[in-house]
Amino acid sequence: MSHEHVSNTKRIWTVFGILSVITIVEVFFGILKPEVLHFTNFLGMNLLNWLFIILTLVKAYYIVWAFMHMEGEKSTLRNSVVLPVIFLVLYLLFILLTEANYVFEVFKDSTIKWNF
Amino acid sequence: MDTVATENGLGKTWGGGNEPMGASYGKLMMWFFIVSDALTFSGFLAAYGFSRFKFIETWPLAEEVFTHFPFMHGVSAPMYYVAFMTFILIFSSVTMVLAVDAGHQLKKDKVAIYLFLTIIGGLIFVGSQAWEWKNFIKGEYGAIETKGGSLLQFVDKDGHRVAIADFAATFPEEREQLTRSKGRWFMEEATLPTYSVAEVQAGFKSHSDLLIRTETITAQKKKTILSRKDSELRLTQASLVVEGANLTRNEYGSKLFADFFFFITGFHGFHVFSGVIINIIIFFNVLLGTYEKRKSYEMIEKVGLYWHFVDLVWVFVFTVFYLV
Repeated sequence: MSHEHVSNTKRIWTVFGILSVITIVEVFFGILKPEVLHFTNFLGMNLLNWLFIILTLVKAYYIVWAFMHMEGEKSTLRNSVVLPVIFLVLYLLFILLTEANYVFEVFKDSTIKWNF
Repeated sequence: MDTVATENGLGKTWGGGNEPMGASYGKLMMWFFIVSDALTFSGFLAAYGFSRFKFIETWPLAEEVFTHFPFMHGVSAPMYYVAFMTFILIFSSVTMVLAVDAGHQLKKDKVAIYLFLTIIGGLIFVGSQAWEWKNFIKGEYGAIETKGGSLLQFVDKDGHRVAIADFAATFPEEREQLTRSKGRWFMEEATLPTYSVAEVQAGFKSHSDLLIRTETITAQKKKTILSRKDSELRLTQASLVVEGANLTRNEYGSKLFADFFFFITGFHGFHVFSGVIINIIIFFNVLLGTYEKRKSYEMIEKVGLYWHFVDLVWVFVFTVFYLV
């Protein structure tokens, strides 16, 4: 427990710096939308969106690990909090997005006109 | 020997005062609350993803919807305002974690100051969100909904958006709003738009440089702009004038877009609001010296967990609504 009482203000400000830089980069790319990234697809999604999602996950990692102090918790707590969320979210996204894509194709290929 | 050990073990396990996973009861419960709340938000965002993928060809483009910045009227400034909001929330997270840090060292005054700054940050964020909602609800250009339910927007020949108010004709006839007080029975109707469909059609006819933009996204990831001939044809199918946004329809495009925007940012805003209230309560407890007497500022840590979680959710909402 005693190690937790050590002040780690420096670490806090470092993490703040990292989060700020990532946000600035995100906004920068969000405004410019470089064509190279925006029109190049990788695994069904364009590189720009991949970049945004990866940067978001990096931000989430720093918030949970540094600000919520997950790095100082026991690994049992860490795993029982983080793993179920990651698994369930991936599962939910996989199911819903696959289904949505299917519904999209049904609308697109059907003889019924829905958007007129 | 064995029995004794088990009995002792039992006493130790169930006698209270244990900290499973090395976290106190309160912190553990806060973590599990956060897990369930995280799954709730994931459900909302995944549902947003579902609707967006379902209407992937007609979904509104975020950079055309959120373009406002305070004191800059008529300037299209996408992203800057939400970036500002994101910074406010990240910064209030920093002051929160600094308060937790000061709590570890039992520095009451420092905890109070940092907590106060966190509260201010939270209030600025909620206020900013209210402003964002105001702009979203009010709308800027107006649009036409066709009989088939799709949305038509107006652009000039360079592709710049044109507001309905800038070209619609004004007919002398007045359509009176039906309210409860004028109805024969319990009858009323939704607020009437500023211009009628006929006025928009007449205005469009007399401005030959105007074109219509549909919801469909082209291969260049822009909205489709029809030729003048197709535009005129399309406008004959007009059924409603849409101004701004509500839960039924909005001038930005897909009806679900506004629903999800209101629901998800509203639910998040409600979390921020609750967080501010909780922070205020804890702030007064700090001032009264409650935690000083306990010789433990763990309560700040628990509230801090919640506050960081709210920030965490915003990071994802920001990406999903404004970036991707």
